Amino acid sequence: MLAYIFRRLLYAVPILIGVNLLTFALFFVVNTPDDMARMQLGVKHVTPEAIQKWKAERGYDRPLFWNPEAAGLARATDTIFFDKSVRMFVGDFGRAEDGRDIAREIRTRMGPSLAIALPTFLLGLCVSISLALILAFFRASALDFWGVVSCVALMSISGLFYIIGGQYLVAKVWKLVPISGFGEGLDAWRFLVLPVLIGVVAGLGSSTRWYRTLFLEEVNKDYVRTARAKGLPETRVFFRHILKNAMIPILTGVVVVIPLLFMGSLLTESFFGIPGLGSYTIDAINAQDFAVVRSMVFIGSVLYIVGLMLTDISYTLVDPRIRFE
Amino acid sequence: MPSTPVSTEALLAVRGLSLAIQKTGPGRPRQVPAVTDLGFAIKPGETLALVGESGCGKSLSALALMRLLPPAIRITAGQVRFQGRELLDLPEAAMRELRGRGMAMIFQEPATSLNPVLTVGAQIGEVLLRHAALEGRNLDGRAVRERVEALLRQVGIADPARRLDEYPFQFSGGMKQRVMIAIALAAEPQLLIADEPTTALDVTVQAQILDLLAKLQAERGMAMLLITHDLGIVARMAHRVGVMYAGQLVELASREAFFQAPAHPYSQALFAALPEAVARGQRLKALAGQVPALAAMPAACRFAARCERRQPVCETEAPGLMPVGDEGGVRCHFPGPRPGSAAVEILPVPLPALPVAARPLLEIEALKVHFPIRKGFLQRVCGHVRAVDGVSLELSPGRTLALVGESGCGKTTVAKALMQLLPRSGGEVRWQGTLIEAKDKRQIQALRRKMQMVFQDPFASLNPRMRVGDILLEGMLALGVAASAEAGRPACVALLEQVGMKAEALERYPHEFSGGQRQRIAIARALAVAPQLLLCDEPTSALDVSVQAQILNLLRDLQAELKVAYLFITHNFAVVEYLAQEVAVMYLGRVVEQGPVEQVLTAPAHPYTEALLSAVPRISGGRPILRLQGETPSPAHPPEGCHFHPRCPKALEQCRNAYPPLRPLPGGVQVACHLAC
Amino acid sequence: MMSFQPVLLWTDVLLWLLLGCGVGLGIVSAHTLRQAWSRLGKNTVAMATATLLSAFLLVGLLDSLHYRERLPPAPGEVRVVYGVEVRSVLDGLLRQLREQSEKTYSAPFATRLYAKETLETPAGPVQGYPRLKYGGAHLGEHEAKRDKDVLQRAFASGVLAFLLWLGLAAGLTALLARRQGASHHETWQAIWQGETAFAWRGVLLALGGLLLVFLPMALWAGDYHVLGTDKVGQDVFYQVLKSIRTALVIGLVTTLVMLPLAVVLGIVAGYFRGWADDLIQYVYTVLNSIPGVLLIAAAVLMMQVLIDTHPQWFATAAERADLRLLALCVILGMTSWTGLARLLRGESLKLRELEYIQAARAFGVSSARIIGRHLLPNLMHIVVIALVMDFSSLVLAEAVLSYVGIGVDPSMISFGTMINNARMELGREPVVWWSLAAAFVFMFVLVLSANLFADAVRDAFDPRLD
Repeated sequence: MLAYIFRRLLYAVPILIGVNLLTFALFFVVNTPDDMARMQLGVKHVTPEAIQKWKAERGYDRPLFWNPEAAGLARATDTIFFDKSVRMFVGDFGRAEDGRDIAREIRTRMGPSLAIALPTFLLGLCVSISLALILAFFRASALDFWGVVSCVALMSISGLFYIIGGQYLVAKVWKLVPISGFGEGLDAWRFLVLPVLIGVVAGLGSSTRWYRTLFLEEVNKDYVRTARAKGLPETRVFFRHILKNAMIPILTGVVVVIPLLFMGSLLTESFFGIPGLGSYTIDAINAQDFAVVRSMVFIGSVLYIVGLMLTDISYTLVDPRIRFE
Repeated sequence: MPSTPVSTEALLAVRGLSLAIQKTGPGRPRQVPAVTDLGFAIKPGETLALVGESGCGKSLSALALMRLLPPAIRITAGQVRFQGRELLDLPEAAMRELRGRGMAMIFQEPATSLNPVLTVGAQIGEVLLRHAALEGRNLDGRAVRERVEALLRQVGIADPARRLDEYPFQFSGGMKQRVMIAIALAAEPQLLIADEPTTALDVTVQAQILDLLAKLQAERGMAMLLITHDLGIVARMAHRVGVMYAGQLVELASREAFFQAPAHPYSQALFAALPEAVARGQRLKALAGQVPALAAMPAACRFAARCERRQPVCETEAPGLMPVGDEGGVRCHFPGPRPGSAAVEILPVPLPALPVAARPLLEIEALKVHFPIRKGFLQRVCGHVRAVDGVSLELSPGRTLALVGESGCGKTTVAKALMQLLPRSGGEVRWQGTLIEAKDKRQIQALRRKMQMVFQDPFASLNPRMRVGDILLEGMLALGVAASAEAGRPACVALLEQVGMKAEALERYPHEFSGGQRQRIAIARALAVAPQLLLCDEPTSALDVSVQAQILNLLRDLQAELKVAYLFITHNFAVVEYLAQEVAVMYLGRVVEQGPVEQVLTAPAHPYTEALLSAVPRISGGRPILRLQGETPSPAHPPEGCHFHPRCPKALEQCRNAYPPLRPLPGGVQVACHLAC
Repeated sequence: MMSFQPVLLWTDVLLWLLLGCGVGLGIVSAHTLRQAWSRLGKNTVAMATATLLSAFLLVGLLDSLHYRERLPPAPGEVRVVYGVEVRSVLDGLLRQLREQSEKTYSAPFATRLYAKETLETPAGPVQGYPRLKYGGAHLGEHEAKRDKDVLQRAFASGVLAFLLWLGLAAGLTALLARRQGASHHETWQAIWQGETAFAWRGVLLALGGLLLVFLPMALWAGDYHVLGTDKVGQDVFYQVLKSIRTALVIGLVTTLVMLPLAVVLGIVAGYFRGWADDLIQYVYTVLNSIPGVLLIAAAVLMMQVLIDTHPQWFATAAERADLRLLALCVILGMTSWTGLARLLRGESLKLRELEYIQAARAFGVSSARIIGRHLLPNLMHIVVIALVMDFSSLVLAEAVLSYVGIGVDPSMISFGTMINNARMELGREPVVWWSLAAAFVFMFVLVLSANLFADAVRDAFDPRLD
């Protein structure tokens, strides 16, 4: 098992390097730091001196990969690539436009993000799996038909409308919860209820339909017929035989996103004014804060790769075929 | 040989059972009848075999008895009385209590019929718990475990205490089917429905499973409904036989009566189509045409269009099942033995036994195909699957060499390596004395005109998105036999005629043809480049017997006409006997015995050949039985010494140590066995 | 001398090209995928949604023929001068809607503005709702007659729609009856019960719905702002119609970028295996491991910098907005090909072991030919399914991306910019709801039709049914 995890870790290294190179190319090769400076400074303030100053403040005034003017090891380290990209591997993300340390900002903002994303994820999973089980259990009935139609209809509504509609109805018209904001400690629940609820409803359509397909895929397999031929009641066929097999494909999609929950949700957080990583990212995008966006891209892919590894490990828990090989 | 049961009271009585497929889609829902007016009875301890070709409705009927039909298929009429109770009126809950305990079922595919994520013990124990609970008994975990162990032991699984905690993927195919049997027997049913229980298994394993079923049935006095397409299995297992054709029961008879004198023309045709039923050098009696489609079933006799005894009344009036004897019946206006009673037609030209040419067409010397097994981070090679491990063969012009063996023995790999579809790992191939270099593209391309291949599955071997004409032209264009599509057209028409098809097929797509017709097209495609050698990879194993007979006849006619040589890969000895002059038997990547067919089949020198031959269920019994233990091991880790020794009933000490060389015996036979000299 | 100068925007070219490709693909595959197409044609829901989608497509295509109008010659000017503004045929057709701008917000069918202003009356300045310049202008003094007028028009157009629809249905029945030699009654029965080989029922139902909704809209739109006006007084109905093109471009042109990448790389990886497979798998794992929105955000940010620092590249604002839209499509395409590529790789791996491909290899048929003749036609259904499935998610993505600020140019009308602009006004009391509602309804109908159509396509193209 340990050897297995170690091997997966080794697989992750070249991928992270790839991500790193890709983001570096995107941020520093497509546009030169001069272009970025011009953009940031605005037309009125563009002077060669201002550009130089802007670059120097951010450490963009060095060569990209190789610094022939430096000596020794610094030829490789005193470069934009080393400073901005390689250092990310050790958790050093540099400073944002407002001068704050990005790594620190990320640490404090993970909590609120998780406070929204985790309940949304868990509740959404429970609700949609249960609904999917019901639809699959009553397959080919009127309930199933209208259930699927509702799922497709729910899927066809933009996430923006769920948030706008929910905020308007629940918070503004009914005044059940505050429209937006975030509180510390236990008091936070008042702020969390609505975004979590909206998050669950918004994802319901597509995930229920997806899980239903997975269940139905299993329903027609031969071993289900065997289970019925044993004289087992239908509930047992479903919960013992079908559910257990359907868990394998469900896990593929589910486990991989768990680490990404730390990143929060862009839309929900910005609409509800929650000081998490999602709203941090949105603000950075709007402020064109390249350092923050670059850091988020890197963290996102690290978390995704962690998710992939967790998926592999979770397979061994549910699928004996992998466990014993 | 099964003994006749004592009791006469019917355990299961089916009357007038009709099933229909519910067709949805545009318009009103329609019903297409799938099974019509099925009726039979089974007594306790008796085995009734339902025989028929694919699509005749035999499996659906079995599922209908269990009331496990897929949702699209409905029971439209009939009665099913089991132990005096009418099953079709039972509420679903009561039916569930009956499943498993009253009647149990085993299925064709052991690989998919077991739940992959539950242990074998859990899957058997589940039945025990369920039916104990229904009887109001309480079973504790230990009692269940003991009972499961006992069941596993009964079905012949060694070390049951350990194996019950294993998962299905850790069992081989035959072992899985044993587990299925254990599940079926767990609640001690009175009736066991076995739906093609051995079709997915190799012959030697099939023999083990059939033995097991027969033994268990005798021990428990259980009734059995056996669904099969194999008359050999019927002869081996059944007390009574029901023959189904196009959704109807056309004949019901005791085994003796059925095998002595089948009354329905279709039953007779089934016998006549068996390659083993005719003497060598004679032509198989193949049924013309095909089974009518369910949606276009004739209202009168459904067999009339293919029947040689057809009279005007057959096309206007549907025959009923007329009683014959006490419990038999036949659905025919003119039943009785075959007119003229000759089961076969004598072929005007005897088997084209060309003299062995001085120079062989193809020589294979120590051919090896190894697949690397890669593992770990850097995909290091940590072993080899020795799929083919030193095979030497010789093919003569115009003659047929049969390559026989069970699944996984490497016989198909030999053909693919010859066609350069797989890289050779070693060995030499000579075409008419010229060494063929695997790297020489021109030589290989030239070889492809001389040697072509016919594949096993006619449904997978024709591109569904290409017209038949384009399929035939492809090879001609690629190998420069025809300069353009236009130029190749007349040749395509001629090819189709050669394989017994009409020119209009050129513009049609493969899905418009039946399995047999598709295989004809596949043969025509291979013949398109006028090869001198055809590698036939189990070309009839996916086909029904009557269609198999058509294809075998076609292959024989083509050989007589075109003087083409065949390397015929098969697992079916009857086909070998019918078609080949020489045979080579493979086991775990090596040839264990080869020689003239007459010699090898009548006096096998290798114990494996002997076992294979005796494992084949035959309609006319008669071979001393040599049963094999276990199943073929993985070619990644072949046993030390003689690969066959762990399963060999005659193994000696030296068999454990050294692989025996291939040694010549008198009569032109070569054999690799320490015992044979 | 022409009175206008045609303008070719990149996305116009690509959209029309795509239409051509789509039709071409349909014709090419008509034979090989005949069963699938005929199954699709039989499906009532598919044909109904296809009719709706065609209506959307028609609007989008009309909006994709651009030109610049010739300005009236200034006295003494000999040169022909064309306007700076790039207009489309749709703009021309909706000239009234486009030009009849009010001052600011007004509710649907309103005759007065939504905000109070100081009005100059003979009795002196009064706080009140000023009369709209265009909305209900024909009523003159009789504003009270508005409800009656609206209802009358609704009734008239309803009757007209019904008659038109009856005419269509009768014409179709007569045509089919003549072709099949059946009686009119029988033919109508067959159509209505859905027993025709082509689901005419679906087409008729959808056309009926369209007529019933849009004839009244058309009749009202001349004199009212049917869906109100937005902050700068622009007609919302005009905005939603313009948004359709943006949504279509995002949904369709993206696939044009993604498709070649996915097909080529997926097949190469699956068919040739070896190092090509390793490399392609590595590339798509890397791309996949960056969360989609972030990768898009990063790419769009960089694209913005590129566009903003090179203003000399664009002759008009429309061209800049258009190129930005195209760039967005390219970015979406570059980040979304991995899913389809992986699917195609897996399927190619399976297919290459199939016997018909082995048979072709046994004849020494070249790899290119095997891919073209054997692999591609048998992968076509996956491609078709993936395309229609992606469309709706791309349309939804546009709205979100525009909201986040990494979508289309803010000057370009799209569902996303509409929602973004309208969202701020939800805080107002009373609420300005019509922009959001209009965007919601149109987007919902578009995406729902696309989703239902995609489902039908997936079912029809399932190879297990062949």
